Amino acid sequence: MEDDSVFYTDRSGRITSNPLLDELPSYQSLLYRRKQPIAGTKRRKDSRGRSSLSGSLKRSVSTINRIEERQKSQMEQRAIRELPISMAEKRRHKEERLGEHQGLSSWGQWRQNTRRSLKRLRDDAREFFSSMKLWRRDIHQIEGMFGTGILSYFSFLRFLVALNLIIFLLMFSLVMLPIIVAPHASGNVTYNQRDGGNCSIYPSTARRGLVNFHQHISDLLSGEGFLEQTLLFYGYYKVDKIHFPKVNSTYNLALAYLLATVAYLLLSLFWIVKRSATGFKRHLVQDEDRFQSFCNKIFAGWDCCISNENAAKLKRSSLLYELKTDLEEERIKQKIAERTRKDKCRIYFLRAILNLFVIGVLAACFYGIYVATNLSQEAEINKTKVNFITDLIYEYLPSIVITLANFITPLLFSVIINYEDYSPAFEIRFTLMRCVFMRLTSIGVLLFSLWSKITYCGRDKSCGCGYNHELYSCWETRVGQEMYKLTIFDFIIIAAVTLFVEFPRKLIVKYSQCGLAKWWGQQEFAIPQNVLEIVYGQTICWIGTFFCPMLPAICTIKYFFIFYIKKVSLIKNCRPATRPFRASSSHFFFLVVLLIGLFLASLPIAVSLAQISCSKACGPFVNYTTSWEVLPVTVSQMPEGAKKLLFALSSEAFAVSFFVVTCLAMFYVIALAGAHKRVINQLREQLATEGRDKRFLIQKLCQAQNNQPVKRSKFQPRSPRSPSSPSYHTSFSSNVSESVFLAHSPPKSSTHV
Amino acid sequence: MVASKGPGCGPTPDLLFGSGLLLSRYFISDWAALIKKKKAFARRWNSDGPVVSELESSDMGNKQTIFTAQQLDAYQDCTYFTRKEILRLFYRYRDLAPQLVPLDYTNQPDVKLPYELIGSMPELKDNPFRQRIAEVFSEDGEGNMTLDDFLDMFSVLSEMAPRDLKAYYAFKIYDFNNDDFICKSDLEKTLNKLTRNELTEDEVKMVCEKVIDEADLDNDGRLSLEDFQNMINRAPDFLSTFHIRI
Repeated sequence: MEDDSVFYTDRSGRITSNPLLDELPSYQSLLYRRKQPIAGTKRRKDSRGRSSLSGSLKRSVSTINRIEERQKSQMEQRAIRELPISMAEKRRHKEERLGEHQGLSSWGQWRQNTRRSLKRLRDDAREFFSSMKLWRRDIHQIEGMFGTGILSYFSFLRFLVALNLIIFLLMFSLVMLPIIVAPHASGNVTYNQRDGGNCSIYPSTARRGLVNFHQHISDLLSGEGFLEQTLLFYGYYKVDKIHFPKVNSTYNLALAYLLATVAYLLLSLFWIVKRSATGFKRHLVQDEDRFQSFCNKIFAGWDCCISNENAAKLKRSSLLYELKTDLEEERIKQKIAERTRKDKCRIYFLRAILNLFVIGVLAACFYGIYVATNLSQEAEINKTKVNFITDLIYEYLPSIVITLANFITPLLFSVIINYEDYSPAFEIRFTLMRCVFMRLTSIGVLLFSLWSKITYCGRDKSCGCGYNHELYSCWETRVGQEMYKLTIFDFIIIAAVTLFVEFPRKLIVKYSQCGLAKWWGQQEFAIPQNVLEIVYGQTICWIGTFFCPMLPAICTIKYFFIFYIKKVSLIKNCRPATRPFRASSSHFFFLVVLLIGLFLASLPIAVSLAQISCSKACGPFVNYTTSWEVLPVTVSQMPEGAKKLLFALSSEAFAVSFFVVTCLAMFYVIALAGAHKRVINQLREQLATEGRDKRFLIQKLCQAQNNQPVKRSKFQPRSPRSPSSPSYHTSFSSNVSESVFLAHSPPKSSTHV
Repeated sequence: MVASKGPGCGPTPDLLFGSGLLLSRYFISDWAALIKKKKAFARRWNSDGPVVSELESSDMGNKQTIFTAQQLDAYQDCTYFTRKEILRLFYRYRDLAPQLVPLDYTNQPDVKLPYELIGSMPELKDNPFRQRIAEVFSEDGEGNMTLDDFLDMFSVLSEMAPRDLKAYYAFKIYDFNNDDFICKSDLEKTLNKLTRNELTEDEVKMVCEKVIDEADLDNDGRLSLEDFQNMINRAPDFLSTFHIRI
């Protein structure tokens, strides 16, 4: 820092060197702005150092009165409770305003009164709705014990419960309700005719004869047997159109099914984007964490919601850890800047090898999933029944392999990343991205292997019905069953891991004395892994809802129970993570991962709708080649005007021009943001140079004052006073003309207007 | 139309019952604890007798005798709380010292609770800045709070207060020497309170330097209110951490 002789503090911390600083226009305008809401009455005794100046400022009150009045009228518009003043002054303010309102006309008064009561109503409604929120008290308790990082996980879970419920209501009202209501409303249901070809044979899968108890369990867990031809799966919806004679209209169920699918995907997209809008803005456009990480930690680091001594201790140690990590990162950055060329080559080579290794591991996992799916499908088709447990294992083989892969690969990735020598923040993000990729593509691989079996009819044969009708007479139901199995298995695994791994771990750590237990330590609530778990479940739900319309309801119930399981496990078993997870960036991270899941889920659905021929033996799309065909057929049956409009909207000309316009808008906005950033940097530099100029000029002025003893009679009063700490208010009061002179100039040059 | 059923199909009821029992065992203990807490909570409130039952019987608070209607109105306008919350906060304030705080505030008694009682509230007792918070919001600057100050404090710290208002008070809180600037010594005191003096001297100095580097715009070596507010606008966590739920 440059020569700081202009500012030096005495032992009490007050800056006492130069009275000229207090006469500067910028400081005066600061004081005006601060005195603004109070207008000269009693104020809190919190600026003991500067309050003595208020006396001297009264002399210049006349010159600033008009400015105050102008500001007061501007401030009138602000609500009273937003003003930073004490309660007594707020009340006085309110009475003033009320007094003013009495002077208004009755129309004005009525308007004010309605505005106030509307505001009151809005506050009450907001309180009512927030008290209706699910799990408000539980989340409050968790927030108090573990802070806002873990809280964000649980509110994310609550969001998913709401999302799944809405998706289920959508599917229910558009698809299931008409079928249920039809007999009661005397609707005429047209079923899909079985045209007798061998494509439309659908053997019944209900069990006959004496059935063992354990077969019911295996049916419940795998969605076969008695569950296969129920409302649960796609195959049940053989309805084509429902005609309601009372209102003389036809309900096209096939179209409704298709549109419901598209609708729930779009609804999820809009809701997630809306929820992430604020976090996104902060994260992408500003991204100030790199630039003020220390400020954020010190001024916004302590979580005031913590009301538990242990949590406070842990928060303190985590803040300490964060600060030390940041200082460490600074040192590492310096180290990286000092790397030689040889070091760089070595590190890049190492990174390339490790990335290849990672790709190899991923490929091996995907191949394992492919093989497991094939085995499982073959066992089902050949109907080889060994015994209950082995059958169940064959059914669940893909799920088991996926879960194992998802368990091992994060451990592997976190070991590998240590050798790649990145900065700590980047390490965390990169490992997370790898885990996300692993989890979400494993579902894609499962579906891909299923489809390759469905559309494979023999080595050189093309499929007669567009799919392998001998093995999969209703392939959508089969895919739905796989998704159902994945969901159930996921839930069982989460419950089992909590019961059989976390609780015993806590008991062992608490009661055992051996060193191994102490080294293992108590469970930490790892937020990223838990979030990936539920995003994985939600992706399965999105993919599966088309094939299994009741899956969202099952997922709602599943997440409902998972909330309680996780909460109990958190409170009883876990200690908060030593590596703290910041609430703001985590909010954004959850929603980004969820969006990735949504995009990856819409791919298989798009392929099923548009590419693969739908089953001819079941489902609402029997009369069409592919599921998507319903839409063009319906459009062609619409009146001419609507048909022309829809054709125009879906033509290439419109799509290309829309795309071009969107690209242009995006480039413009990006360019604007870049320009703003440059302007901000320039202004920042300018401010810094102005500050330096100001200090330089003040120094020169001080020197000039010291060098001119003749004209110094005004400033001499300084010496008779105590030499160590000249109090500036006395020098002020003795230089009446001086202060008045200077006080007159601010209104022209002050910066507060 | 129901799918064709053969004989002997359908899950047996005891399967469902068994799984329900297994799951519920783990929730019942949690719910039992919650119910116990609710009962304890209700018992504490009911110790005040008739006034509380009046509060509970009339949602609109028409029959409550603690404040006049104008007082409640004024509080609603001057804070971010609804009527119910204001009354609830009054009871929290009274619980700190039932013998000092009268049940009748219609004639505006001048009651101040000493800082020790305020600082021992569960919401504040673990906060390293509780003394500064009490000092900033109290009228006398020593931490002894009247009911007005109490309501004001929790209103600013509630989730509905806007960012600028919170930033203003946060600045006051971190300004230990009350000179309207956060200088290096203020920063050192803040850091030491946050970490309980567990950083070394060098580290403290480095951190303070970095903070001033990051936030000081007019380059005078200390943070003014404008610098601070500018910095807070770019701190995404501030609204959620500078918040006490009561």
